[in-house]
Order: sequence, then C-alpha cells, then structure tokens
Amino acid sequence: MKHDIDKLIAGTLSGVENSLSCLLAIAENDDSSVSRILDAISPSLGKAYRIGITGSPGSGKSTLIDKLVGIMRGKGLTVGVICVDPSSPVTGGAVLGDRIRMEQHYSDDGVFIRSMASRGSYGGISKAVGAAVALFDAFGKDVVIVETVGIGQEGIDITKIVDTTLLVLAPGWGDSMQLMKAGILEVSDIIAINKADLGADGLVDSIKDILALGTRKSVPPVIQTQALNNIGIEDLYRELENQRNKHHHNEKNNTH
Amino acid sequence: MSRPIRVLIAKPGLDGHDRGALTLAMGLRDQGMEVIYTGVRQSVENIVRTCSQEYVDVLGLSLLSGGHNYYFPKIIDLLKEKGMGHILVLAGGIIPNEDRKNLKEKGIKEIFGPGSTISEIAAFIRENVRGEDS
Repeated sequence: MKHDIDKLIAGTLSGVENSLSCLLAIAENDDSSVSRILDAISPSLGKAYRIGITGSPGSGKSTLIDKLVGIMRGKGLTVGVICVDPSSPVTGGAVLGDRIRMEQHYSDDGVFIRSMASRGSYGGISKAVGAAVALFDAFGKDVVIVETVGIGQEGIDITKIVDTTLLVLAPGWGDSMQLMKAGILEVSDIIAINKADLGADGLVDSIKDILALGTRKSVPPVIQTQALNNIGIEDLYRELENQRNKHHHNEKNNTH
Repeated sequence: MSRPIRVLIAKPGLDGHDRGALTLAMGLRDQGMEVIYTGVRQSVENIVRTCSQEYVDVLGLSLLSGGHNYYFPKIIDLLKEKGMGHILVLAGGIIPNEDRKNLKEKGIKEIFGPGSTISEIAAFIRENVRGEDS
C-alpha cells in the first residue's frame, strides 16, 4: 500500500493523530519523501517550544518528563514527546522503553508519545528526529520534548534541533575531572541533578565551580530534583519557561 | 531498504504477570525488531491509542488471568474502528484450547502458548506482517 502523502500532510495539519503517526514513520523510513513533507509543513512551523532532554542512562530523564508533562497539561499546554532509545549494533533491534514511565498520560488526548530507535546514529538521536519535531510542531503541539538516548559526553546533536537543552545527571556521575571534559556540559541550557535524595550537594558544587572557571557567557542554572517524589519539578519548569523567554528575546533581537 | 518491524507488546486487564511479555520483548529485539512494551494492567483504549501513536505493525497481547475472551475481541474491534485493522494481532499467555477457535474468528491471527519459541514467533511475524513499505 502506497501512502497518499498530501492527504497525510493535510490530516496532520488538521490534527488527525493517525496521519501524524504515519508521517512520522515515513520520516523514519523514506528519506526521499522527507524534504517534500518539510516543504509542505514549513508555513505551519515555529509555534512549538522545543525542549531537548539528555543525560546519562538511568538518571531519570523519562520520569522527569512524565512529571514535567503533568505540569504542562495543568497549564493547558498540549505536548508531543519523542523518546529515542538505542538500536542494537548487532541485530538492529531495539527495546523502546521510555514510554512506560509516562503511563499516566497514555489516555490524555493532549499528549502524543512516539518512541524512536536510534538506528545507527551515535549522537543521541536518530536522523529522523529533526523532521519528527517539525511534524509535532505543525500538528499543533504547544511543547515538543525530545528525550535522547542515555548519553555521556559527546551526544550533542540534540542541541541543534531544539530551543532549550536540559542535561539530567544523578549523584555518583563523576568528579570535577569529568565535568572539565569537553562536550554536553558546554552546550546545556539547564542542568538538573535528579535523584537528589541520594546526596547531590557535592555534584552541584563541582558543576558550579567548573562552570565558573569556564568561558561560557551565561552559566546555566543547576536545579536539584527528585522526579519520583515530585520534588523540584516546579523549579525546573520555571527555568524552562525562563529559557523560553530568553530564546524568544534573542530571536527578536536577531531579526532587528 | 527494509525497515525494522515495529511490535507493541501489551498486557490488558488486571494480570500483573509479565515475565513472558518481557522475555518476548527481548527476544524480538534480538530478532532485529523494534519493540515497545506498555507495562501491565492496560485498558483497551490505552492499548489501541498506543498502537496509533507508535505506528506498529504487530500487536502482541499477553494475558494469563482468564480475561482473554473479554479483552481481545474488544481490542480488535476498537483497532478496526480507529482505522488500524491492518495490524497483525497475536496472543500469548494462558489461552485454553476451547477458546482459541473463537478468538481466531474474531481476528487474532495466531496464539502462542507456553512452550512457543521466540524464533517460531518471529518467523510467523515476518511471514504475516503486511508488506506496507512506507
């Protein structure tokens, strides 16, 4: 069965979930159609706030997203979530297991969760994620969240396709030597130390020290959270809002 | 280019036993498929909505508590109603022989009980997924 791409685009722009879902699959599987789809939806882009969430495996990214989505829904915002998990380098298979942390939103019409496998990309996302973010934007979601594969240091591809990058770490991640290394810490807009009940003060101090020594113009805020206990999530959300305002401000300045 | 087959493993109803579902999820991953798992105790509506959002080729239903005659037909009906009648629906768990004929008539394509092997299930999936090359 060949898909009628024009019909699917029209469906996506008018909010039909099945159409969006099918276009996301086409974006993943059929490179030759991607530019045509992006051209068609380009007038409808630019409304969504795009947030990238990255960090080490098991630091609690999915659970944090689950709680953040709860706050966003409480404010009436609709949300699209793209969860990327690794494909096996051996078989190409994958277990896409992030969705299960977001179970409370399964039945919410305002939340659309899509799992994607990395399919051989090593930057923390798959190559279709950029198009997927655009499709969620065109579909009309107020916020689009991308959760990357659990990464350590080098997976910074995400920062190029979102407005704000949130780095999630957990206590035990490493000492100040780890923090001095080049990579994700240089390009994160907000840092959350999740599982803070395990004792996060040391890591927070190290991060602040290292960031103060660095050459970044603005030092990202460091927030302690406990996603499972729903602690610190409001603070984190407020920082995401602050970043959004900053981003809009910068965009305005750039166009003048 | 052949794309990976996408599979949703789902557990409807009140059954909390998911060792089989997890084993199958890992097994199909090792067969090169992209596998999503819903978690236990899912409603009919949530399972069907997840099928839509994840654009799966295959839905594997696992139930060991005896609720299959109630849940499975409801899921099949709702899939059809929502325009996803093309999804290959398989079942596993404890499904008594006398219930199998009826479930297959309702649209369950095959039932894999205890003793089924991963390779047999994977082979069945490969043979029966509709070649919808998107």
